[in-house]
Amino acid sequence: MATTERPTKLWPTLEVLSPIPSELSPSTDNPDVLEINLGPNHPSTHGVLRLVAKLDGEIVVGLRNELGYVHTGIEKNLEQKTYWKGITYVPRMDYLSFFTGEVGYCMSVEKLLGLEVPRRAEYIRVIFQELTRLHSHLIFLGTGSVDLGGIALLFYCFRDRDHVLDLFEMVTGQRMHPRYCQVGGVAEDLPRGFEPEARKLVRYLRNKIGEYEGLIEKNPIWRERTVGVGVIPPDFAIKMALSGPNLRASGVDWDLRSANGGYGAYRELGYSPVLAENGDTFDRFWVRVQEMRSSLDLIEMCLDGLPSGPHIADDRKVVLPPRHELHTSMESLIHHFKIVTEGFRVPAGQVYVPIESARGEFGFYMVSDGGPKPWRVRLRPPSFVALESIAAVANGHYLADLIAILASLDPVMGDCDR
Amino acid sequence: MLDQVKGFSVTLRHLFRKPVTQEYPEYRRPVYPRFRGRHQLHRHENGLEKCVGCSLCAAACPADCIRVVPAENPVEGRVSAGERYARIYEINMARCIFCGYCELACPFDAITLGNDFELSEISRDALVYTKDMLLAKPERRTPSKSVELYDVPVQEMERVLGMYDVITATNPEGAPE
Repeated sequence: MATTERPTKLWPTLEVLSPIPSELSPSTDNPDVLEINLGPNHPSTHGVLRLVAKLDGEIVVGLRNELGYVHTGIEKNLEQKTYWKGITYVPRMDYLSFFTGEVGYCMSVEKLLGLEVPRRAEYIRVIFQELTRLHSHLIFLGTGSVDLGGIALLFYCFRDRDHVLDLFEMVTGQRMHPRYCQVGGVAEDLPRGFEPEARKLVRYLRNKIGEYEGLIEKNPIWRERTVGVGVIPPDFAIKMALSGPNLRASGVDWDLRSANGGYGAYRELGYSPVLAENGDTFDRFWVRVQEMRSSLDLIEMCLDGLPSGPHIADDRKVVLPPRHELHTSMESLIHHFKIVTEGFRVPAGQVYVPIESARGEFGFYMVSDGGPKPWRVRLRPPSFVALESIAAVANGHYLADLIAILASLDPVMGDCDR
Repeated sequence: MLDQVKGFSVTLRHLFRKPVTQEYPEYRRPVYPRFRGRHQLHRHENGLEKCVGCSLCAAACPADCIRVVPAENPVEGRVSAGERYARIYEINMARCIFCGYCELACPFDAITLGNDFELSEISRDALVYTKDMLLAKPERRTPSKSVELYDVPVQEMERVLGMYDVITATNPEGAPE
């Protein structure tokens, strides 16, 4: 692995806290320790996260996360909806990386069904997974820079995010939460104008990413705030089950798009993850900016090698029949009614399908009892896991650095609370 | 001091660029033809409603925002082309998530999602759209981009599957508006 080739680096020791790994209790006997609430309505908490911090002067000595303010019961809702309707629920959890939720859900249903997805659909899914990753990282970068006191990057990132959403609107019909991914493929084929516009966006963003790098990498003020702050050693990151860019910032070579051969069209495309070395706040920002570059490369590779063929599987028991057949074929009409009203039946069994969302490993554990609705859906949200480690990482840092560390872990509370 | 100037170099360069802001109420950006906005119910050319009150849209709706109460077509003065018609057809826009499953579900292309997205009201009751509101043409049409470029699939389905049809869910007439 690449980590062994690098010169040995002295990592700070970070122990998993006990008895509760996400809760830091102060070890000082200073009577002036002050307990303050950050949130739930705090602009820098990216949603409704409440951090109860104990401060010794300006140093964080105790920390507790309070979650659940945007708990919407999506796992329970999914049990009461047919598989087809459930597709519209999943993107509303991780609302920044919405398309990966849809793909993960559909992939787990397909795995239960044993359904083969056409190659073209796999490629289209990769294009939109990477677009949604771009969208998520752009918002992360923008809001993260606001947390560190720079508003300029927010405006640049939101400007460019709109171009990404334009592509979603063009192909799927909705800017966010597109329900474009369907069991067996994607809902519609790409329109004619997509490829030139997508290539234009890739060129445009390549140019702009250089600008973001100028704002964070070469900016001495930014470096002062982030370098060496909130270092996460690789062994601690693995112990706390961090995943995604947070893990790769610590130099651990683990990306579900390449690990175990990847999934979907990533198997054919081949992907090598972006790794950083130091695991500090700077590196967590840096990894995501570099990942945006590799996302653009992947989109370009997909556009170059987009195979022709159907965009959705031809399984009439699961996939809605083509529109024009409804007027001519009685059999199609019956299938259509059956899928819409009752839903398709999925063989009994259980699967776990992990997928690399913009925040890390987004896992779907689905149990089917043979009916048209899932018996149980359990999700492994990457934000929830990432927030567990914040108490240990922020220990001994300044309060302002706590905000920077929180921003760099990139939690989305909708994803966290579900 | 030099550090601060260096830190602001990208920002300073932006000062001399044109703004990207669009002046919204004056300039209305055209939506893409596949955009899913306000619902519309459609009529046949002879004036009869396409909706036959089968409630498939209500069954498909993940947000349960559609209410359909069907009734038998009267002998004199038919309302719809089928045996029954929708006596009450309501969509609660406050609940709707604009997923477009209703237009996918409708076997008669009676309901489609249009281009209009300016749906704000000052009371929640006003957001429950009745059948008359859905049948009427919207007061102000939102412009749409080229259907030829942004709605027609890139592949000639004829060659791929031996079935080519421009009719898609968002464009039931198969022709540019």
